[in-house]
Amino acid sequence: MQRYSAFSLLRHGLTGHRGWRPAWAKARPRAAYDAVIVGGGGHGLATAYYLAKNHGISRVAVLEKGWIGGGNTGRNTTAVRSNYFYPESVALYDLSLRLYERLSRALNYNVMLSQRGMLIAAHTPAQMEICARIANAMQLNGVDGHLMGAEEAVRRIPLLNQTADARFRCLGGVWQGRAGVARHDAVAWGYARAASALGVDIIENCAVTGLDVQGGRICGVDTTLGRIRTERVGLAAAGATPGLAALTGVRLPIHTYALQAFVSEPVKPMLDTVLLYLGTGTYVSQSDKGELVIGGGLDRVPTHGQRGNLPAQETVISGLLEMFPAFAQLKLLRQWAGVVDVVPDSSPVIGPVGPGGLYVNCGWGTGGFKAIPAGGWLLAHLLATGAHHEISRPFDLDRFARGRLIDEAAGSGIAH
Amino acid sequence: MTGWRHDSAGMVDRDRPLSFTFDGQPCTGFAGDTLASALLAGGPRILGRSFKYHRPRGLWGMGGEEPNAILDVTENGRTLPNVRATTMVLRDGMALRSVNAAPDAARDRLGLIDLAQRFLPAGFYYKTFMALGWMRWEPMIRRMAGLGVLDADHHPPADAPSMTAEIDLLVIGAGPAGLAAARAAARAGRAVWLVDEAAEPGGALRWRGGEIDGAPWQAFARDSCQAVTAAGGRVLTDTVLWGAFDHGMFAAWERRADRPDRHWRLRAREVILAAGAIERPLWFANNDLPGVMSSEAALHYLALYGAVAGRRIVIGCAGDAPYATAAALAAAGCQVTLVDARSETPPAPEGVTLRRAARITRAHGHREVGAVTVEGVHLDCDTVLVSGGFTPSVHLHCQAGGKLDFDPRTDALIPRPGSAPLLTVGAACGAFGLAAALAGGHVAGGGAGPAPAASGAVWGIAPSRPDPKARGRVWIDPQNDVTLKDVKLAAQEGYRSVEHLKRYTTLGMATDQGRSANFAGLAAMAALTGQTIPETGTTTYRPPFTPVPLSVIGGMRRGEGFAPPRRLRLEAQHRALGARFREYGGWLRPAHYGTDEAKAAQAEARTARQTAGLYDASPLGKIEVLGPGAAELLDFCGYVRMSTLKPGRARYGFMLSETGIVFDDGVVLRLAEDRFIVSASSGHVGSVRMILEEARQDRFDPARVVLHDVTAQWTTLTATGPASRALLGGAGIDLPDLPHMGVAETRWQGVPLRIARVSFTGDASWELSVPARHGAALQAALETARAGHGACWVGLEAVMILRAEKGFILVGKDTDGITMPQDLGWGGPRDRRQDEYFGRRSLFTPEAMRPDRRQLVGLETSGAPLPTGAHVLASDGPRRSAGFVTSSCHSPTLDRPVALAMIEGGRSRIGQEVTVFHLGTLSTARITDACALDPEGARLHG
Amino acid sequence: MQRFSCPFCGLRDETEFHFAAEAGKHRPEPAPEVSDADWADYLFGNDAPRGPAREVWVHLTCGEFFVMTRDTVTREVLGSAALPGRSQ
Repeated sequence: MQRYSAFSLLRHGLTGHRGWRPAWAKARPRAAYDAVIVGGGGHGLATAYYLAKNHGISRVAVLEKGWIGGGNTGRNTTAVRSNYFYPESVALYDLSLRLYERLSRALNYNVMLSQRGMLIAAHTPAQMEICARIANAMQLNGVDGHLMGAEEAVRRIPLLNQTADARFRCLGGVWQGRAGVARHDAVAWGYARAASALGVDIIENCAVTGLDVQGGRICGVDTTLGRIRTERVGLAAAGATPGLAALTGVRLPIHTYALQAFVSEPVKPMLDTVLLYLGTGTYVSQSDKGELVIGGGLDRVPTHGQRGNLPAQETVISGLLEMFPAFAQLKLLRQWAGVVDVVPDSSPVIGPVGPGGLYVNCGWGTGGFKAIPAGGWLLAHLLATGAHHEISRPFDLDRFARGRLIDEAAGSGIAH
Repeated sequence: MTGWRHDSAGMVDRDRPLSFTFDGQPCTGFAGDTLASALLAGGPRILGRSFKYHRPRGLWGMGGEEPNAILDVTENGRTLPNVRATTMVLRDGMALRSVNAAPDAARDRLGLIDLAQRFLPAGFYYKTFMALGWMRWEPMIRRMAGLGVLDADHHPPADAPSMTAEIDLLVIGAGPAGLAAARAAARAGRAVWLVDEAAEPGGALRWRGGEIDGAPWQAFARDSCQAVTAAGGRVLTDTVLWGAFDHGMFAAWERRADRPDRHWRLRAREVILAAGAIERPLWFANNDLPGVMSSEAALHYLALYGAVAGRRIVIGCAGDAPYATAAALAAAGCQVTLVDARSETPPAPEGVTLRRAARITRAHGHREVGAVTVEGVHLDCDTVLVSGGFTPSVHLHCQAGGKLDFDPRTDALIPRPGSAPLLTVGAACGAFGLAAALAGGHVAGGGAGPAPAASGAVWGIAPSRPDPKARGRVWIDPQNDVTLKDVKLAAQEGYRSVEHLKRYTTLGMATDQGRSANFAGLAAMAALTGQTIPETGTTTYRPPFTPVPLSVIGGMRRGEGFAPPRRLRLEAQHRALGARFREYGGWLRPAHYGTDEAKAAQAEARTARQTAGLYDASPLGKIEVLGPGAAELLDFCGYVRMSTLKPGRARYGFMLSETGIVFDDGVVLRLAEDRFIVSASSGHVGSVRMILEEARQDRFDPARVVLHDVTAQWTTLTATGPASRALLGGAGIDLPDLPHMGVAETRWQGVPLRIARVSFTGDASWELSVPARHGAALQAALETARAGHGACWVGLEAVMILRAEKGFILVGKDTDGITMPQDLGWGGPRDRRQDEYFGRRSLFTPEAMRPDRRQLVGLETSGAPLPTGAHVLASDGPRRSAGFVTSSCHSPTLDRPVALAMIEGGRSRIGQEVTVFHLGTLSTARITDACALDPEGARLHG
Repeated sequence: MQRFSCPFCGLRDETEFHFAAEAGKHRPEPAPEVSDADWADYLFGNDAPRGPAREVWVHLTCGEFFVMTRDTVTREVLGSAALPGRSQ
């Protein structure tokens, strides 16, 4: 792999940057692979990387219907955090955060992890009690959770609406200092580049049309570029996963919804943290470029269309302005939607499904970006060993029949 | 200062000069100017700095496509950041400040960055800043990025109304094509809405002029607008259609002078898109220098404002459009050289030097353009106008799901007919030229007879493309500083999909949304990869078409308008008694009476136990269930059977979700065999009603049972405590002889009165409900009797103390999303019921059967109350949570803290000591029964 | 803003509606005879089809549940009808 560094940048700068090689090889499918991963988003690419890196399995193909990183990996608000309530969730998301903390160096690709801290802000005494419950849960689970008072919250976020007529005056909330944001595209590209360097084939513009099953085991994948033999398939295709699983008759507990995000015109730095406000359901951070990156709740109609809808926009934007009246000076620059795979308990489904050799990593709903390293790590473990990593075990599909849902929203009173 | 003001051209009011400042320097303009026209005619040329290299930037365009002239505008002490100079009207006293420059645009210190540009190619930041961690570098990068500065003290009002309209025919764009379409349809009697983003109808006619049907175009425009109005339609100017949404809805932003802007949701039976086209630049070295601008824009500024871009002007083109610009500038007295890449061209306009088959290959100049190289020849000039063809404004077509085809004749992507539910006409579909636009519009509008006539051929256009082999720095996206080399680097490194190109180089992600950059970027990528333009594809078009103020989208939803709380009918009465209000379950309710919350709640709770307390329980949900099938429905929907309840009695129960989780709790009153009232938590009424409705319609005979939410129809006041019976007697209420959980319907002062002896406090309580309009009278009667019995009004905080003493739960506070009824000590129905009920099967999953589920218990401590949200540690093994405190307070009656908690296997651990963890500190507590006061329930019967 | 047709009230904005479930699910009962897996499939299993879908919706303002057929990709509404056995 061609090394990226300040020095190499200087060196190539002297020769007009003509020496840079493709970040990842544009592969064509071979006849057979040790494992095939469907979905070239962050989770799929990370899975391929960790299969090669952790398990030495590099005869691996990642099949992407469009262009890599073009699904929810490139359509989110880039928040990275592990401020969760249940121990199972904390273990999962903190594995991810720890991997993120080392990711730029591990991949030799700057994913611009900015651990600027995140506040889940409360505006009623009842919410503050829930925040205390979460902060304590985080601390007991070994994660940096801090119960923050109103004064400190306003000091960190001075533009917060503290006027007398504020509908939801901030009382404080849960703070996680290690939370932050990362550059979403870079995560996909960095994993792709590192996986490609380890021998993984990344095949874009290749859609899966069938999964071949014989004797109850996966034996191949049919694609628009032909048939590929393999005995292990990992599905990491977010909202497209139910359709893929259905090819083998498997039903997943997933509904798909559009989740929108918004970007304002850029301004000079004025918001230094990530904020999720319980009162408005709106969350926001400011990108390095100066744009506000704004998110909120799901659109209300299940869909597979990557289009946002006006009512949700109005709700999210008015929520933002209620929190930050000064932001009414800004203009909406871009808006987009991703199709998110929502599970009843809003926790992912990781594990085997249906025929032998078939594994899924899906159901991340609105929170998949922050989990990319862990999702890849755990799916790679499953594909390589055929068995759960202890961290992924609670997220197996069997939890629905056992009745052991991991419902953060219900457990903590706070949605993902 | 190169631009100048013509003595007579344009429509500005030369009798009304306006003063303003730019970066502190005084400037003047005239009434009728935009910021851009005033700056062009009499301001500096460098208006700002580019995003990355801090290169000087001057005016490029004339509308929403402007990438460079972005300013912070201060007026009356309030600043608005990132104002597009091209679309803001000049007013006297405005202070304009360049963005992304310090101390100002002319002397920007960070301009030095440009010297290091060779080391800062596209995506350089992905390759470096890793050694010390990104956080070391980020603050510096952030300070250098961003455009304008937010004014922290400027809170624009939430005053933009949201408007809705259903329209027969919507015509987007009031240029020649749109006017012709609207006129034809209006004459056929249709109600047409004609919408345009400019202040006046006319589109390019406004600066290009022309005759239509033998008269000046203004007559045609006036006639068209009159036809629209006469047929019941409407002409909306200054209005941007910014988005196409599902099911044919369009969103529009209407700008209004001196009044709040408006936001429109428009739905039309038919839509005609006549949004025109936007001129492309040309791609030669240093094409970003100030003084290089759009040819069409130069004509616009001359014709509308008399603002002339320069005196010695070179125009580069490969099409007919700029010939009009050249002619007008020459007539205005400029020295004009037209450089046309074609060998066959129209004749040179009078006074214009024409060079055929020639191209500009380089612009020269340090801070602004001073010369160009044309086919190796150096030409001095002060201004370069360019026209690299036109990009049709197809955004709304694509947002509505439409597809594009490449049209080699116009070298543009144009709407594929029939691929979207709107019809595109005029320049937006590649019909360049007045006659063609009028004809297209006329036909689209269903016009009978001949189309409006005009002279002028369809414009000839030869393709202009960035040459991948060009030398020097060629800008594709001037605001984000994306050059041709960056596109090449992206192709070389494999970021070849247009989306990868966009994301890797930031091409087209500036505030102009790539209006003039995207086509060049994808054309360059096509050339580099050997693909055609259709193969290369475009990025997805999404709203907004033009950046829209967040204040317009947010509208008037602010403060209470954002999420209106519900208010008690008796709010004024409670306030008169000194109540302090707080929001509970979406209702504003008295939290306590008097100013000192901690003392007030304790005192109120003590009084309620010693004598009596009164509180307003109106928000408690009341759903009336009627009919012979009512009992059956409630049996299925509830966890506790209600068919065995006798009329005149009440029973406490739960409603579960189908997943077995406690969804709500409350008392069901049976008023008659076929008449029940289901109480629901104030925040859950709607969803409880829906659970009942779904079962009613999907499972039972809906003719045998109906239900309706009567919460708002009743005012409910509750009296609780040992003296409450006497107090009610004093208030003139004739109490029937009711046992605990008895219900009676009676009358008070001729008004229906429902009395329920149900208790949320553990003391004898009377819940009195009267039709809401009589609530004030009841409240007055109770208030009159209150003092004589030593009673007081109690707020919700005191009620919370009273119920916590008794271990009564609050769903959502003491329960969470995994709490089942057996966890609350209510396993009986689960163990005994043989019939089917909602959520039943879920109570028997392996997880539901576990003995170590979290269960509701009390916690006893000495000293201060435990913090709610503190966790209880597991007694063995590594440190972990075994549960948490859900409610906690000091009990004035017991004079000690009481707390409720959900603890793993808690009910089998009563009496044990546990360690409580809160934010790193540890304390001990003893597990008790949830009920801390009067466990025998003796007080209920007082 | 999508618009759906309530069989009882007519065309209304999407904000008046709530998605209830995919149509055609039959509640398995009585509980003692239903396996954990069948119950979980009833509660949580979905087809989440791309394209035409039959779904149960409720019009919140009138409280009536009904069956709607629509395309989940294009968002085109293909039809709506009262629950079987309910007159409109």
